[in-house]
Amino acid sequence: MAEVEETLKRIQSQKGVQGIIIVNAEGIPIKTTLDNSSTVQYAGLIHQLVMKARSTVRDIDPQNDLTFLRVRSKKNEIMIAPDKDYFLIVIQNPTD
Amino acid sequence: MFTDETLETVGTESLWRKSRQFEHDSRGCQTTPIEKVETEAQVVCCSENGTQTDPDDHHMHSLFASHEHRPDSPGLRDFLHRVEDIVIRELTKNAKSHAFDGFEVNWEERNQTVSCVHRLQHSEAQERGLQVTSLTWSSTGSVIACAFGRVDDGDWSTEKSFVCTWNLDRRGLDENRPDVSIDVSAAVMCLAFHPSRPSLIAGGLYSGEVMVWDTSRTQDPVLAQTGMLAHTHRDPVYQVCWVPWGRRGELAVLSAGTEGRVLLWNVGADGKLGLSAGYALVKQQVPHSGTLSKARGSGCVGITSLALSPWDPDMFLVGSEGGLVLKCSFSTQTVAAAEIATTSEGESVTLLAPAQFCFSPRCGPVHSLHCSPFHRNLFLSVGTDGLAHLHSLLQPDPLLSLRVSDSYVFGVRWSPTRPLLFAAATGQGSVQIFDLGRRSLRPAAVIDQNIKGRPVYCLEFNPRQTHLLAAGNADGTINIWHLSAELTEQGSREGAQLEQLANELAE
Repeated sequence: MAEVEETLKRIQSQKGVQGIIIVNAEGIPIKTTLDNSSTVQYAGLIHQLVMKARSTVRDIDPQNDLTFLRVRSKKNEIMIAPDKDYFLIVIQNPTD
Repeated sequence: MFTDETLETVGTESLWRKSRQFEHDSRGCQTTPIEKVETEAQVVCCSENGTQTDPDDHHMHSLFASHEHRPDSPGLRDFLHRVEDIVIRELTKNAKSHAFDGFEVNWEERNQTVSCVHRLQHSEAQERGLQVTSLTWSSTGSVIACAFGRVDDGDWSTEKSFVCTWNLDRRGLDENRPDVSIDVSAAVMCLAFHPSRPSLIAGGLYSGEVMVWDTSRTQDPVLAQTGMLAHTHRDPVYQVCWVPWGRRGELAVLSAGTEGRVLLWNVGADGKLGLSAGYALVKQQVPHSGTLSKARGSGCVGITSLALSPWDPDMFLVGSEGGLVLKCSFSTQTVAAAEIATTSEGESVTLLAPAQFCFSPRCGPVHSLHCSPFHRNLFLSVGTDGLAHLHSLLQPDPLLSLRVSDSYVFGVRWSPTRPLLFAAATGQGSVQIFDLGRRSLRPAAVIDQNIKGRPVYCLEFNPRQTHLLAAGNADGTINIWHLSAELTEQGSREGAQLEQLANELAE
């Protein structure tokens, strides 16, 4: 598990990173650097969004699949790296 | 015509035994499901709903912890290995990218103009020529309260005055008639709505009294008052605010007057305001800022403005008639110099000397102070010299000095939504809005109050509907302005720019 922690630390040390959450396939957060309430909120909402985005991509072209999702907003950017079993969610304020 | 009839008897079974059993059942099984949830279910929402217990940190931690110790996150390591590089690559690329600089999306119609949505007035106060001395918005943002009094008249008077409220969200709003009008025995100098109870207003009078009104009481709106006691203010009260006090975080009323005292009042159940702490500013106890020693004998420091910090509950700022701006602490232990601390007998508290730091003094009274809601070290001060000073708490000299008006400046407020924006009320009948992001010394907007050049004494942003700005004028009117999108929507780099402003200039 130390290896996992180190990886998270490396990502956290990138410029402007505000938080990291790892969510499992059911949308349950299993690692987080944020507080409880925002973790639960992010995990639930982002999980839905990723599932929706993935089905959109696959409905357009069944041979295609979602590989990465970025959401740009006024205050920050949310990057999501999806996978079969886990999602990695990173929240970054690139202008910080 | 009438015949006898025999009806069947109807029986109702007693249920008391059953209903008891229900209770029994639920009590009996209450413990098991909780245990199950914590160890097995791992579904955060479910456990909260099912057991009806408060979600506590403890609970969540145990959830995360249980995952960590169990080897059931297989592949997590591999997954992270796979995505680490790509995520880090994107993060660094993103931090350097300027692709979105200046990019704005129009999701909704942007309001381009500043418009006056209401012009409130109270005919009786206007006939008597009373001025609006103070404004405050309720915690819900729908009610505005205003105080009538006189600023231009230095005389002691027994003239009656008013506190009026309007609910702007009410359908039958009458701009010429307030919803509530409270008669007050003296001119009212300042007002403050309770931060959570929308019917409570604290106010300070020219006579030195401090009062708390409850606008929901129709008979007698006075909830509590100091009366004319020995230990109350002896000079006009220039500022009141609500501060958390005591262990349970109840709110007390803080008041400051020109005789140099800052007093803290507990709202008692008996309609009295009880003194629970007191501070006195005495000239010889004021710390001097390096260049200047204005210790002209003794005496007190007349307080004309006071500001609380949203960041540090122990700190407050005080502006004086003599142009001093002082940083003060609630938790001070120093006892105030004897001459004013022991003027009256039977004073229930010892007055303390709160001053800790003195900023470079200004010429003329400091009419208004306001701490930045976006940066813990920044605050603004304005006064009769017509300048607005941007200060850092860390150094005596101002970071920036802006010429707001050739006349006096009576009020200054930071925008609640834009870190770099503030508004100032001038003696020439306008509200000027400055944008520090422009790097220009000219105002971003000048809102003429249409009052023939008479002063604007106070202004207040609405804490909830942040596009609304209220300005109180010398002719007894209150203008409610709807600000444009440019003045209310935060830019993408604004927070960073404010930080930069606070740091770079401090060197």
